[in-house]
Amino acid sequence: MKKNFIERLLPIFALLTWVFLFGIMLILFIEGTPIFKSVPIFRFIFGRHWYPVHEPPEFGILPLICGSLMVTVGALIIAIPFGLGCAIYLSEIANRAVREVVKPFIEMLAGVPSVVYGFFGMVLLAPMIQKIFHLSIGLTAFTASVILGVMALPTVASIAEDAISSVPKALREASFALGANQWETITRVVVPAAKSGIFAAIILGIGRAIGETMTVLMIAGCCAVITPNFFKPVRPMTATIAAEMGEAPMGSMHYHALFAIGLVLFLITIGLSLIAERFKER
Amino acid sequence: MRKQKELIGLLALRVSILFAVISFLAILIFISIKGFKVLNIGFLLEVPKDGMTKGGIFPAIIGTLYLSIGTVIFALPLGVLSAIYLIEYAKHKGLTKTIRIGVDALAGVPSVVFGLFGLAVFVKLFNFGVSILSGALTLGIMILPVIIKASEEAILAVPKEFKEASFAVGATKWQTITKIVFPTALPGIITGTILGIGRAAGETAPILFTAVTFYQRLLPHSILDEVMALPYHIYALMTEGTASEYQVPIAYGTAVVLLGLVMSINFIAILIRIRGRRAKKW
Amino acid sequence: MVNHKIIAKNLNLWYGNSPCLKNINISIPENAVTAIMGPSGCGKSTLLRVFNRLNDLIDGTRITGEVLLDEQDIYKDMKDVFSLRKKVGMVFQKVNPFPKTIFENVVYGLKIHGWKDKAKIEKQVQKSIIDVGLWDEVKDCLHKNAFSLSGGQQQRLCIARAIAIEPEVVLFDEPCSSLDPISTAKIEQLMEELKEKYTIIIVTHNLQQAARVSDYTAFMLLGELIEFSETNQMFTTPKDKRTENYLTGKFG
Ligand SMILES: Nc1ncnc2c1ncn2[C@@H]1O[C@H](COP(=O)(O)OP(=O)(O)OP(=O)(O)O)[C@@H](O)[C@H]1O
Ligand SMILES: [Mg+2]
Repeated sequence: MKKNFIERLLPIFALLTWVFLFGIMLILFIEGTPIFKSVPIFRFIFGRHWYPVHEPPEFGILPLICGSLMVTVGALIIAIPFGLGCAIYLSEIANRAVREVVKPFIEMLAGVPSVVYGFFGMVLLAPMIQKIFHLSIGLTAFTASVILGVMALPTVASIAEDAISSVPKALREASFALGANQWETITRVVVPAAKSGIFAAIILGIGRAIGETMTVLMIAGCCAVITPNFFKPVRPMTATIAAEMGEAPMGSMHYHALFAIGLVLFLITIGLSLIAERFKER
Repeated sequence: MRKQKELIGLLALRVSILFAVISFLAILIFISIKGFKVLNIGFLLEVPKDGMTKGGIFPAIIGTLYLSIGTVIFALPLGVLSAIYLIEYAKHKGLTKTIRIGVDALAGVPSVVFGLFGLAVFVKLFNFGVSILSGALTLGIMILPVIIKASEEAILAVPKEFKEASFAVGATKWQTITKIVFPTALPGIITGTILGIGRAAGETAPILFTAVTFYQRLLPHSILDEVMALPYHIYALMTEGTASEYQVPIAYGTAVVLLGLVMSINFIAILIRIRGRRAKKW
Repeated sequence: MVNHKIIAKNLNLWYGNSPCLKNINISIPENAVTAIMGPSGCGKSTLLRVFNRLNDLIDGTRITGEVLLDEQDIYKDMKDVFSLRKKVGMVFQKVNPFPKTIFENVVYGLKIHGWKDKAKIEKQVQKSIIDVGLWDEVKDCLHKNAFSLSGGQQQRLCIARAIAIEPEVVLFDEPCSSLDPISTAKIEQLMEELKEKYTIIIVTHNLQQAARVSDYTAFMLLGELIEFSETNQMFTTPKDKRTENYLTGKFG
């Protein structure tokens, strides 16, 4: 069949996503790798000090990586149980009417802009946490974890719900027919059957938490230090880029270092996406 | 024993869903109560005054509007054409799978990384400067996956019978797509686009280095001008300047406007989807 | 001497590797109703969709032999499938008006084939709707959604959509299978009228329907054409044992 002009261009449009992905990676490489000329990769990643404007500057992003990890782990402790709980509730327990009312709430929760989460954390949650735990400052890894957890919850919930509701009805009926009650059916039949989809949901939830910027910028505090204490301020990678890019002179070491952090983030999230893809396939 | 276990388990699920609903309501209600106190016509229609301690947020509203429109103009055609290719033309299974993996991977890239890309490519390389254009292009790439996925789903849901009927009267593939498939899929595509707009309007990190400025007295004249934007305005009010006792109330007002905007956008999308489902007769 | 509108010679068709039509030879008489019968899955729809090349849409179909429409090979001589489909219209089993207004449904084919003159278009739409006996029922609501009509009305609308572009052949694939008896009767009567102008081929599972509406009948089994003759003759004195078994309800 003869194709018209637009029809012939269509594959190019569809390949644009890959063009953008490669473009992003290429740019991050070009702008990020110059830092490795003056700071070896190993020292960049495992260096314990991030003092970009000191003289001489130090560019070790281990504290930033630790910051990201801390708030992500903290967030998952909230997002996984509550997110899965919501997913199971929506697909197994709620009837149609309830689902049509409740589901939009979860979607709306996903729609709240991250800056609003950050703002909410700053004006309400941080002072509360400061008071409750008698801290000198309320902007801590813990505060950020709580908010991030709520933010990642809808991601986990919606993907897990897709997985759980695609478990065939016959499986549930078989379980009920054997005399299992609803909880046993959920935990022993439905959840195991949806296992890989649930893993995908969790991994994408991790990606959401690690990549989140404005919230952690506003409420995680600002100290690039390595600490095991959740009630101390930390500085995740995303927040560092957002906070410092404005001040870093173009082409400076600091500028390149921030792009290199972007590269690390990019590689982590792409890795997570690919892993999630693997799980989704099953 | 079994019975108790079930009761506790099902209770935990209900607690999860309550947690999600309450989190959303808490944010919504808290910000509404505080925000509506400062909200009035003047706040919406005036420019900021006295070093951001008085006046309104009109330029930020306009800026967010411009950015959102620009984003859609860029992302909608690309997204829809990609989806048309994926569903209607791509024959090779491996190719479509590869493209879909790219779409998912792009969806998982952290927003701040898009900001870095926009800075290096649109602001610097293409020399668009910090501008509406740079910001809209950056946001457009970011929401492309949202639009592709929604369009794919909508196009896939068009019954094959409609297409066959169109071919049977002698229509070409392209005529069938433009006159039957696209109009039938339109409600779904619009829903996805609206969700994309909601996401773009609320994002801060991608426009941080590519489009926004803290303060602007005049509205932008061209797409190469920088703009104020609602989400950045909240962040700036909370982290810059010295008169926080005046700035925080303005931030509440801005937050309620942004939240209201984004939530109504999401709500409209949900309504269209529900209505579409009801109106569907095929 | 009857004129033959469509002639298939040594026609074979495969979906992927599985043969679906096996060495079909059939000559469809002009301005008559030809019914195709046979048990489910024997390839009736497939044969019908050969005549307007709608099978082209399905990946992996392969065809050998020739199909002539007015002595022209539809796979080789015709310049494209679109002009073929303009001559060979189709009405489907699943009632499938477009989700548009009644008027837009009928106008669709005209627009596709480049009709511009508004007055002419309107006249043609009206004529087609009158021809299918729907005019009195819809003349006041032409701009309502087609889905507001009843199932039988929708199917007649689909027929109007097919005949608006003045085809020469109209293919019906079990057009009444989802309709009530009254709507079915209307469509059968309509076919009677349509054959004055068109050559009609109808796939049906309903033996009575085939007996009522058709002049000629083809009986298919497992992709083969078992028997083809005048309807009267086939129903009274079938030549093949298998046809007789089918007609007497021994299988199928
Ligand atoms: N798209 C396809 N791909 C592969 N095989 C197909 C396809 N369409 C039909 N077939 C096979 O071809 C055979 C004939 O199908 P066809 O639809 O022509 O039968 P039919 O006689 O119209 O049946 P029915 O009375 O149920 O409508 C069937 O065995 C079917 O499984
Ligand atoms: Mg059939």
